[in-house]
Amino acid sequence: MKLSDFVGELSLEINTCKDGLQREITGVYVSDLLSDVMANSKAGDVWITLQTHLNIVAVAGMKDLAGIIIVGGRKPPEDTRQKAEAEKITIMTTPMPAFEAAGRMYQKLKQQG
Amino acid sequence: MPINIDKEIEGSFQIIGGNFVNAGEASTQLKLLLSKLGVDEEIIRRTAIATFEAEMNVIIYAAAGRMHYHITQQGISIKVDDMGPGIEDIGLAMQEGYSTAPDWVREMGWGAGMGLPNMKKNSDIFKIDSVVGEGTTIEMFINFP
Ligand SMILES: Nc1ncnc2c1ncn2[C@@H]1O[C@H](COP(=O)(O)OP(=O)(O)OP(=O)(O)O)[C@@H](O)[C@H]1O
Ligand SMILES: [Mg+2]
Repeated sequence: MKLSDFVGELSLEINTCKDGLQREITGVYVSDLLSDVMANSKAGDVWITLQTHLNIVAVAGMKDLAGIIIVGGRKPPEDTRQKAEAEKITIMTTPMPAFEAAGRMYQKLKQQG
Repeated sequence: MPINIDKEIEGSFQIIGGNFVNAGEASTQLKLLLSKLGVDEEIIRRTAIATFEAEMNVIIYAAAGRMHYHITQQGISIKVDDMGPGIEDIGLAMQEGYSTAPDWVREMGWGAGMGLPNMKKNSDIFKIDSVVGEGTTIEMFINFP
């Protein structure tokens, strides 16, 4: 599945690097602790978080994550967006809380097998 | 997988304390270099985690530091040293969950107390040495398969 397959389901708004929507995703990781994401996320994962600080871009780049979904209606500040564009990291936002966003992604990925 | 390194490669990066904007710069450069050399993906992954955590700690806790790398046929050795406050109790600092990160750093998502354990887990040899009031030195070696 691609990131683009979740846009409707999660009411995603694309903030940066639209090209990344076509990338295949392999899984999802949910965490707000950056060292936890460094340790336990896998390349190709989508990262669900409420963090908006620009270090999320560095973490996503270091771990080759497929993209970042910021939950709870939070918006990434300008410096985060600039860095994400420069490093080709796709950032999306959703009004849903983490639980609901993760649950919907889980369902869809499971259905697909 | 054989790695195509005819001669040893070494270099270093400066890390400036408090510079969250460029956080990850040194680790990213090293990761790109390893990719270009055709180093095994798993080795790159482990190096990326270990170096990024070390770099972040310099940015969070120290005034300045340096990351030095040395790539040989056998593997990658990394040394990160800083001019910082040092660590009083290394045993405590190595425990998962122990952190002295201030609230404003925790708000950014750092301060889980996982960085040093992550470095240790992802390197084959891990050494830490610290002098209070002077600084901290981390040495890591990651073997090629
Ligand atoms: N370079 C350093 N200089 C001074 N103190 C350090 C340094 N590195 C680590 N420490 C101390 O060791 C503690 C544990 O470090 P560690 O990297 O494991 O966790 P953290 O930085 O607090 O959180 P995380 O890495 O999960 O974001 C730190 O909170 C700090 O007190
Ligand atoms: Mg740390």
